[in-house]
Amino acid sequence: MKLDAAPLILAEDLTRRFGAFTAVDRIQVAVHPGEVFGLLGANGAGKTTAIRMLCGMLPPTIGRIQVAGVDMVRHARRARSQIGYVAQRFSLYGDLTVLENLKLQAGLYGLSGIRRRDRIDAALRLLNLADRQMVMAGTLPLGYRQRLGLAAALLHEPQVLFLDEPTSGVDPMARQRFWELIYTLADRGIGILVTTHYMDEALFCDRLALMQAGRIVAEGDPEALLRRPLPTPILALDSPDAAVFERLAQDWPEVREVIPHAGQLRIRLHAGIDPAALPARIEQAATAHGLTVTGLHPATPELEDVFVAVLEENDG
Amino acid sequence: MNPLRASLIRLRALLGKEFLQLLRDPRMRFFMIVPPLFQLMAFGYAASFDVRHAEIAIVDQARTATTRGLLAAVAATGSFTLHYLPDVATASAAIDRGQVRALLRFAPDFETNRTVQIIADGSDSNSAQMITGQLSQALQRSAQTSIGLDPPIQVEDRAWFNDNLDDRPYFVPGIIATIVLITTVILTAMTIVREREFGTLERLLVTPVARLEFLVAKMAAVASVGLFDVLLISVIAVTWFDVPFRGNVIGLLAGSGLFLMSALGIGLLISGYSDTQQQAQLLAFFVIQPMVVLSGFAFPIQNMPEGVQWLTWLNPLRYYLVIIRDVFLKGSPVGAHGFEYAMMAVLGIAALLLSLRQVK
Repeated sequence: MKLDAAPLILAEDLTRRFGAFTAVDRIQVAVHPGEVFGLLGANGAGKTTAIRMLCGMLPPTIGRIQVAGVDMVRHARRARSQIGYVAQRFSLYGDLTVLENLKLQAGLYGLSGIRRRDRIDAALRLLNLADRQMVMAGTLPLGYRQRLGLAAALLHEPQVLFLDEPTSGVDPMARQRFWELIYTLADRGIGILVTTHYMDEALFCDRLALMQAGRIVAEGDPEALLRRPLPTPILALDSPDAAVFERLAQDWPEVREVIPHAGQLRIRLHAGIDPAALPARIEQAATAHGLTVTGLHPATPELEDVFVAVLEENDG
Repeated sequence: MNPLRASLIRLRALLGKEFLQLLRDPRMRFFMIVPPLFQLMAFGYAASFDVRHAEIAIVDQARTATTRGLLAAVAATGSFTLHYLPDVATASAAIDRGQVRALLRFAPDFETNRTVQIIADGSDSNSAQMITGQLSQALQRSAQTSIGLDPPIQVEDRAWFNDNLDDRPYFVPGIIATIVLITTVILTAMTIVREREFGTLERLLVTPVARLEFLVAKMAAVASVGLFDVLLISVIAVTWFDVPFRGNVIGLLAGSGLFLMSALGIGLLISGYSDTQQQAQLLAFFVIQPMVVLSGFAFPIQNMPEGVQWLTWLNPLRYYLVIIRDVFLKGSPVGAHGFEYAMMAVLGIAALLLSLRQVK
């Protein structure tokens, strides 16, 4: 990652309104060469609108976008020749073969002749699609389609790659391989912006931005985000009777939420509650109902906990 | 890279893709060939205003060599089945019962005043008109050519360029026009909406492809399907249905090309208002149907109310029909229909500009 180099994707005060509704509200994005930047958020948080503007599919209401040094608003077509885009949904032609799709995409970026053939061969090799090149794209399994989408996005050697929920619906093994590819590309100096709603995937990013109601409400590298102090303490309860505790704990005034998680109960308390109040409650319940408690300790925060806390702070 | 060269590479890539998709999809191949042939067969064989085997009552009270000669000529047309009845009363009873469609009467004094009386069953006005016209034409022709009499009755030619009053030559060229309209409007609308439905259109938005390049490739592919259908049906019309071809191919192609601009523009407009392929089909149907009805394809424009007649001036199909019928039946020089060509050009450019403005 070259943070000292000029950013490949730079958006300033990016805003998009649809009538009275503000879908994206003054966000700043900077993605450097070799960086994997993750955009997280619930459906409707504005990440799709944001990526659509950054790719030049949707003009922003206010704001400036520069991609690989080219103004995306004023010189959209020149900027587009610098970006690769993989859509969430397979959006190549299902009634064309893998090779025909790649030839079409290469042609759309002005590639022809030997250069076109070389680039297609390289993409087929990189994404391990060579033995499928004569297969109709529509009959490919989902993981292969996703790779074809990536192959098509790389033909013109873009400096910037946009991936919109690239692994949704893909099996875990294929996801793993897909991320290895993304790292390979980042190592070549490509700037990558990826949207996702998988928390484990978010951890793979070099930097994360969490979106809520059109704004970026938290940003940083995953470790820094995990170190954020939580205003809402979280306790982990180990018990063979976790299911009974789950039901009982719902009614305790201090408790905001109870989440069964890998054999444990993660108990999220209301903001400002002293976690010291809880052991007494649990002991009381254990004696009253004859339940066993094997452990109770503060839980290690996960990315999701951090984000829930951030979202709550903003709601309040 | 030279921007023009890059644009040409993109266009070539898009065109290749359009043709691959059109020719590979079995539904598209079917759509290009089967419905046009089916319509041609339906109109060529089934739909006809012609009179065939009409039952006619004959009351010959003169019974001379002339009347027998005239009746033999009427019978020889093959369009009528003659029933000889003794008097007018029996014959009119037969009309009342619907056993005959018309009555042909030679009065006893036929040799002196040469008047033939034709009474047709007016309850079906259209066929009554046809029968009357065809009967009187057959009588007049045989009176002139074989017997050498002066015309015994007043006869109007129904169609100059269709001597035997067969309306197949009138319909078949019209079918070319309607098929080209239906095929190209629906293909344009459907293939664009399909790209939108499948998300492939949005994918193109992130490539350097210009909107115009995409539309030009799409329209060029659809236009060539349209011209293919024109040629296919023309060849079948001439070789199988014996429709004459008196004009020249240049006129046919020029007229078709100008008409296609309107058809593609309409298809493009429909695509702009449809989210799904079904919507596009339904919308196309609602647009095409009135265009065909108000074109003079089946119903003469002169018979329409004046306001509606004005509306037909905006219908490109109206002008295309004139040109295509001329090319097949009359063979006037291309310059004779300058107005029609000009109107199609104006409407075509208007449709394309309007649709380019509407469709984002």
